[in-house]
Amino acid sequence: MSEQTQAQIQTQTQTQEKVVFERTRVLTPKHTHYCPGCTHGIAHRLVAEVIDELGIQEKTIGVCPVGCSVLAYDYFDLDMQEAAHGRAPAVATGIRRVLPPDRYVFTYQGDGDLASIGMAEIVHAANRGEKLTVVFINNGIYGMTGGQMAPTTLPGMKTTTSPYGRKPEECGHPIRVSELLNTLVAPRFIARGALSSVKEIVRAKRLIRQAFELQHTGFTFVELLSTCPTGWGLPPDKAMRWLEHNMMPFFKTGVLRGPDAMPEAAMPYAPDLTVGDAKSTNGKEA
Amino acid sequence: MSSQSPHPQRLLMKGTEAIAEAAIRAGCRSFFGYPITPQNEIPEYMSKRLPQIGGAFVQAESEVAAVNMIYGAGGAGVRVMTSSSSPGVALMAEGFSYLVGAEVPVVIVNVMRGGPGLGGIGPSQSDYFMMTRGFGHGDQRAIVLAPSTLQEAVDLMGLAFDLADKYRNPTLLVGDGLIGQMMEPVTFPEARTELPEKSWATTGKPASRERNVINSLDLSPEGLERHVAKLFDKYARMEREEPRFERFQLDDNPPVCLCAYGTMARIAKSAVQQLRAEGIRVGLLRPITLWPFPTSAFLEQAETTERFICVELSCGQMVEDVRRALAGRRPVDFWGRTGGVVPSVEEIADEVRRLCG
Amino acid sequence: MNRVAIDQDRCKACRLCIGACRFELLALGKDLNAKGYHPVEVLDASKCVACAQCATLCPEGAIAVYRGVK
Repeated sequence: MSEQTQAQIQTQTQTQEKVVFERTRVLTPKHTHYCPGCTHGIAHRLVAEVIDELGIQEKTIGVCPVGCSVLAYDYFDLDMQEAAHGRAPAVATGIRRVLPPDRYVFTYQGDGDLASIGMAEIVHAANRGEKLTVVFINNGIYGMTGGQMAPTTLPGMKTTTSPYGRKPEECGHPIRVSELLNTLVAPRFIARGALSSVKEIVRAKRLIRQAFELQHTGFTFVELLSTCPTGWGLPPDKAMRWLEHNMMPFFKTGVLRGPDAMPEAAMPYAPDLTVGDAKSTNGKEA
Repeated sequence: MSSQSPHPQRLLMKGTEAIAEAAIRAGCRSFFGYPITPQNEIPEYMSKRLPQIGGAFVQAESEVAAVNMIYGAGGAGVRVMTSSSSPGVALMAEGFSYLVGAEVPVVIVNVMRGGPGLGGIGPSQSDYFMMTRGFGHGDQRAIVLAPSTLQEAVDLMGLAFDLADKYRNPTLLVGDGLIGQMMEPVTFPEARTELPEKSWATTGKPASRERNVINSLDLSPEGLERHVAKLFDKYARMEREEPRFERFQLDDNPPVCLCAYGTMARIAKSAVQQLRAEGIRVGLLRPITLWPFPTSAFLEQAETTERFICVELSCGQMVEDVRRALAGRRPVDFWGRTGGVVPSVEEIADEVRRLCG
Repeated sequence: MNRVAIDQDRCKACRLCIGACRFELLALGKDLNAKGYHPVEVLDASKCVACAQCATLCPEGAIAVYRGVK
């Protein structure tokens, strides 16, 4: 509120200035509950800016997860639904299938939510080719519950439930969700970005925008490598350097699948459903 | 809309299919579910009919996903349902609690089978506790409807959607393998053309209104208490306005009253008729709403009826509500079969003869 | 002149903007805000080129940047 009044006064006194950067109106004025330097705030802003720039605020419905971003419905000035832990893709499927096709539906999920408890829901929503955009925040840790090991925690990384460091021989290696989903036929866009520097943030926003633009053609997915300064025990700027040094070599950024980069796995399979000479009724109108 | 239906008004139909068609007539255009016996004809019927009328059918990856899909669709303001059977319904307990908390109106059909565990697929009423005791975590209640004929199942499906919308609360409808698999002639109501407006639904926020949020989270203890108190006001209203029951052969105030619901009530009715033919005066009090339980109907009956015999397809679940309703005023006996065993009319009649002999 | 407007109530003093400014024009202030942080202040607006890197990195959406036109 105070910012708005301040801005109004400023524009009155200094009419001779051009806006280079202002807070998007798709974010509510509410202050976030996130820890200082947490990249959730950046990811929220990028999603909101894309919705603003595409002019689709009135047509967009968001679904929030359980995790640190559980209160995201307070921060987006959009119709929102709060899902149970891991179930956002199922909730979004329900919304998508019953609302007019011009709507935009997105989920915003963390790595515990999406890659652990919600693995079935994300894989099947992707496999059905649900026309959604999934924004996947990968910071390798459970933030909200106090820094426990996530499916994306790096080998050797200490968390409150891997106090001796993640042991791959016991806990497996971190899951690369984007690569996993990239084995499915249906998805139309899969990309990974990083929220670790101005350059990467600008790139990440481009990925989110591409995903929303392609949403009406099929399932779109953007993974964002993110920091958890509190959970990692690092100051925000060092956390970003840690992300670049440790996460990016394993979680490669870029477009894994896009209209111009469809892998072999995206080729549809259309068998004729016959057996030898016998005509099967399978797949035919009975 | 009725012109969209290829079916005449009166039909000989299987229970599960009649339930599905009744939902469509009630304005339900979306179904999300996962296969489980003995209710597979509901998703099968929906998968065929809904695409013909511009509806949405999704075979979910699990019951867990299905219940969350109806949360999304119900939150977006449409009439939506899922169906399952006992072990599958148990998987929906989590989502059910969110539906209650976020006040999302949906209908869930449970075609019950025998348990515990994987159990069997025979007719059973073993989920009475699970359905009526606040299905899911947290302080919560939901209306539970229990038809005993296919016609009643058809009628109650329409009511289930209306009650869900009236209270912004999920409604449960319970049957069993017998209700689900038997065939009977049914008459369908005219298809609904006007459905209630839902200004709270998440359909995309026009500039003209505040955003809508479907949510059950409230981290402030006082705020959550206020919300739960509001829910309990709704439950109190349900308890006042929604108890439904049938009195059968009770007008002459017989000394003995059978208590049964659903499939078991059908058999009990035949037993009442047989016993009356023998000169044994007995009647039947049949709850149609398992929750809210028709407590006052039982209390009224207890003024003249000397003893109650509760018969169930379980080892005794509803009997606890009968005893609670009567509060010691009259003796309540129990007799039941379980595991999918359906007793004969003679077995129930024998039990009455034995107890009243 | 270019201008950086920092919402003092929103700032959580994470310092990401301070590190982003190649002209080192930002620093933590001395005052405490309602959240208990020392919000960031602009040291010398006259040197700001309005590149908005600070705003791009700010997780709170607390920074607005304006370019003076003349």
